[in-house]
Amino acid sequence: MIDTVMWSKWLTGMTLAFHTIFSTIGVGVPLMIAIAEFVGIRKKDQHYTLMAKRWSRGFIISVAVGVVTGTAIALQLALVWPKFMQIGGNVIALPLFMEVFAFFFEAIFLGIYLYTWGRFRNPYIHLLLTIPIVAGAGMSAVFITTVNGFMNQPGGFVMEAGQFTAVNPLEVMLNTATPSKVFHVLTSAYLTGAALLAGIAAYTILRRGVSAYSKKALKLMMTVVVAFSLLTSLAGDMSAKFLAEHQPEKLAAAEWHFETERSADLVLLGWLNAENEILGAIHLPKALSFLAFGDFNAEVTGLEEFPLDERPPLIVHYLFDFMVLSGMVILGIGLLYFLFLFWKRRNELNKWLLRSIVFSTFLAFLGIEFGWFYAELGRQPWIVRGYMRVEEAATTSPNVRILFFLFLLLYVVMGTMCVIVLRRLFHNNPPEAELNKLAQASIEKGEQL
Amino acid sequence: MISYELAGISVLWIFLYGYLIVASIDFGAGFFALYARLTKQDHLINRLISRYLSPVWEITNVFFVFFFVGIIGFFPDTAYYYGSALLVPGSIAVILLAIRGSFYAFQNYGSKQNIIYLFLYGATGLLIPASLSVALTLSEGGFIIENSGTVTLAYWTLLTSPLSWSIVALAIVSVLFISSSFLAYYASKAEDQPALKLMRTYALFWSIPTIIAAFTAFVFLSQHNERHFHNMMDLWWLLGSSVAFFMIATWLLYYGRLYGLAFIFVMLQFLCAFFAYGIGQYPYILDPYITIQSGATNESMGIALVVAFIGGLCLLVPSLILVFRLFLFDAEYVKGKK
Repeated sequence: MIDTVMWSKWLTGMTLAFHTIFSTIGVGVPLMIAIAEFVGIRKKDQHYTLMAKRWSRGFIISVAVGVVTGTAIALQLALVWPKFMQIGGNVIALPLFMEVFAFFFEAIFLGIYLYTWGRFRNPYIHLLLTIPIVAGAGMSAVFITTVNGFMNQPGGFVMEAGQFTAVNPLEVMLNTATPSKVFHVLTSAYLTGAALLAGIAAYTILRRGVSAYSKKALKLMMTVVVAFSLLTSLAGDMSAKFLAEHQPEKLAAAEWHFETERSADLVLLGWLNAENEILGAIHLPKALSFLAFGDFNAEVTGLEEFPLDERPPLIVHYLFDFMVLSGMVILGIGLLYFLFLFWKRRNELNKWLLRSIVFSTFLAFLGIEFGWFYAELGRQPWIVRGYMRVEEAATTSPNVRILFFLFLLLYVVMGTMCVIVLRRLFHNNPPEAELNKLAQASIEKGEQL
Repeated sequence: MISYELAGISVLWIFLYGYLIVASIDFGAGFFALYARLTKQDHLINRLISRYLSPVWEITNVFFVFFFVGIIGFFPDTAYYYGSALLVPGSIAVILLAIRGSFYAFQNYGSKQNIIYLFLYGATGLLIPASLSVALTLSEGGFIIENSGTVTLAYWTLLTSPLSWSIVALAIVSVLFISSSFLAYYASKAEDQPALKLMRTYALFWSIPTIIAAFTAFVFLSQHNERHFHNMMDLWWLLGSSVAFFMIATWLLYYGRLYGLAFIFVMLQFLCAFFAYGIGQYPYILDPYITIQSGATNESMGIALVVAFIGGLCLLVPSLILVFRLFLFDAEYVKGKK
C-alpha cells in the first residue's frame, strides 16, 4: 500500500519534472520570438527576423514534446490520483478546462504563424499573430498555476461529509496563493526562455567564432535575462512573504526554522544531526524576519507549532537554497555581461564570460526544477492542504511501479530524440548560410525587376 | 430550461464526435502514408498528406484533451471509476499518443526523413483508436467492477468479449474509411489526379467493411446490453438515416464526383450513428455506476463550465475558421503553391 503511494509520487514527479522543461520553454520562448520579430521589423534588420524564424522552427519541436507530456500529465492526474480528481474535480475543473482552451488557442495560431512567413504584405500582420501565441501560452500557465495555488491554499467551497459543496469556482481560482505564484511562474519562465536562447548564442560564438548574428542575439537576450532576473527576484520575495503569512510551515521547512521567534536568522545550506540541530550553516542574523515580513524584529512561526505528521520533509531546505542561489548567479552573470559591454577596456565576448552564460542556461532550468520540487514537496503531506492527504488520493493499483519504468523509458527516448533532432536541424544550417541564401534570393529578385 | 448536466453531456458528446472525425483523418493518414511507402506509391500521396497535417496535428490532439478534461469536470466520478480501472490501458494509450505526436514532429520539422518514424507514426495510427475504443466497451457495464471500495478491471472478461473486439474492429475500419474519403476530397481540391485515384480506391475498399463492422458490433451489443440495444432500436430513424447517408456517400465516391459532398455524407453517417449510440446509452455514463444525474458536479461548477465553454467557443470558432481558410480551403495552399 505504502509502496503504491510512493511509486505514484515518483511517477507523477517524474512526468512533471520532464514536462516542466518543455512547458517552461513553451511559456518563455514565444515572447522572445515576438521580441526578435518586432526588433527586426523596427530596425529593418534581417538578422532579427531570422532569429525569430530559427527560434520558432526549434520551438515547434519542443512544443510537440510539451503537448504530449502535457497530455500525459492530464491523464495521469485521473489515472494515478483518481480520488483527488473525483473530489477535486468538483472544484478545479474550471481552470483545467480553461487551460485547455488557452492552449488550443495558442496551438491554432502557432500553426498559422509557422506557415505564413512572408504571406502578408504588411510585416506587422505576421507580428500580430504572436499576440495570441504569447497570451495563450501565458494564460495556460496562469490557469494551471491557480490549480497549484488551490492545492496549497484551498478556499471557495464548504467541506461537507467528505465532499466539496457550495463551490464558487472563481473564488477557488483566486485563492490567496495565486497572485504571488502566477507572478513567480511567469517571470521565471520568461527568464528561462531568454537564458536558453542567450546560452545558445554564447555557445555558437564559442564554437564557431564571433558573427554579427550571434552577437545581436546574445545582446538582445541578455537584456531580457537581466530584466526578468530582477522581476523574478521581486516575485520570489513576494512568494516568501506570502508563505510567511499564509503557509508558515512551508517557509519554516525551507529555512529549517524550528522554533517560533522574533529576529529570526536566515540559515544558508548546512546539514542536520540526529537531534535536528543545524551544523555548518551560514547564519545571517535577523535576515529571515526581514525576508518574511520586511521587519528585522518580526516574529516568524517555527515548525514546532505543527504536528509531526503535518510537517513537510526537511530536504526542501536545499531545494529552496539552490533555487534562490541559481537565480542570484544568473542575475550576477547578466550584470557582469553588461558591465563588460559598456566598459570599453573589457571584452563582453570574453571566453569565460561566454562559458558562464552557457552555464547560466543550465542554472535557469535547474532553478525551475528546484523551485517546482520545493513547491510540491513543501506541501507534503497534503495534496489539498488541510483537506486531503497524498496517500488518500493515490490509486490502489500495484501496477504503478511498472508504469514508472515504462514512462521513464519513454521520456529518455523522447528527450534524446528531441536533442538529436534539434541539433541536426541547426547544426548543418548555420544562420550565415541562411542569410547568404536570403541575400542571393533578393539579388535574383532585383535582377528580375 | 435544459439542465446543466444534460447540456454538459451534449457538449461533450459533440466534442467527442469532432475528435472522432479529425482524429480519424489524422490516424488514417498516418497509416496510408506508411502503406503507400511500403507499396512504393508514397510519391503519389505523401506530399498531400503532409500539406494537410502539418498545420493541424496539434489541434487534433487538443480535441482529445478537451473531451477528457471536460468529462472529468462535468462528471468527476468518471475520474474515480475509469481512472482506477484504466491505469494500465490508459497509460499505454498515453504512451502511444506521446510516441505518435513527438515522432510526427521530429520527422516533419526535423531535417531528415526516417522510415522508423514513419513506421511508428503509421502503426500508432491504428493502435490508438483501437485502445481508445475500449472506453466505449467499458461503459456498457460488466467490465469495471467495484468491490469493497476498490475498482478493478476484469481483463479476462474484456479480452474474451466479442463485443469489445467488434468495437475495436469498427474503430479501425471507420478510421480508414473516414480518412480516405477526406483525403480523396482534399486531393480533388488540390486537383492532384494520381493521389485522388489512389485515395478513392482506398475509400471504396474500406466502405463495405465499415458497414459490416457496424452491424456486427450492433449484434454483439444486443447480446451484451439489451437496454442499450432496445433504446437504440427506438431511434431506428437515426440508424436508418446513417445507412442512407452511407449509401449516398459510397455512390458518390463510386461515380467519382462531388468528393466534398461525399465527405459531408460520411460525416453525417457517423453523426447519426454516434448520436443514436450516445442517446441510447442515456442516462448512463458507466453502466451501472454512473448516470448523468448521479455523477454530475455541483451546479455552480456545471454552470461555470458551460459559460467558460461558450466563451471559449467565441474565441476558437473564428480562429478555426481562419485556419481552414488559410490551409484547407485556400486552393493555392492546397495545390502547394504557397
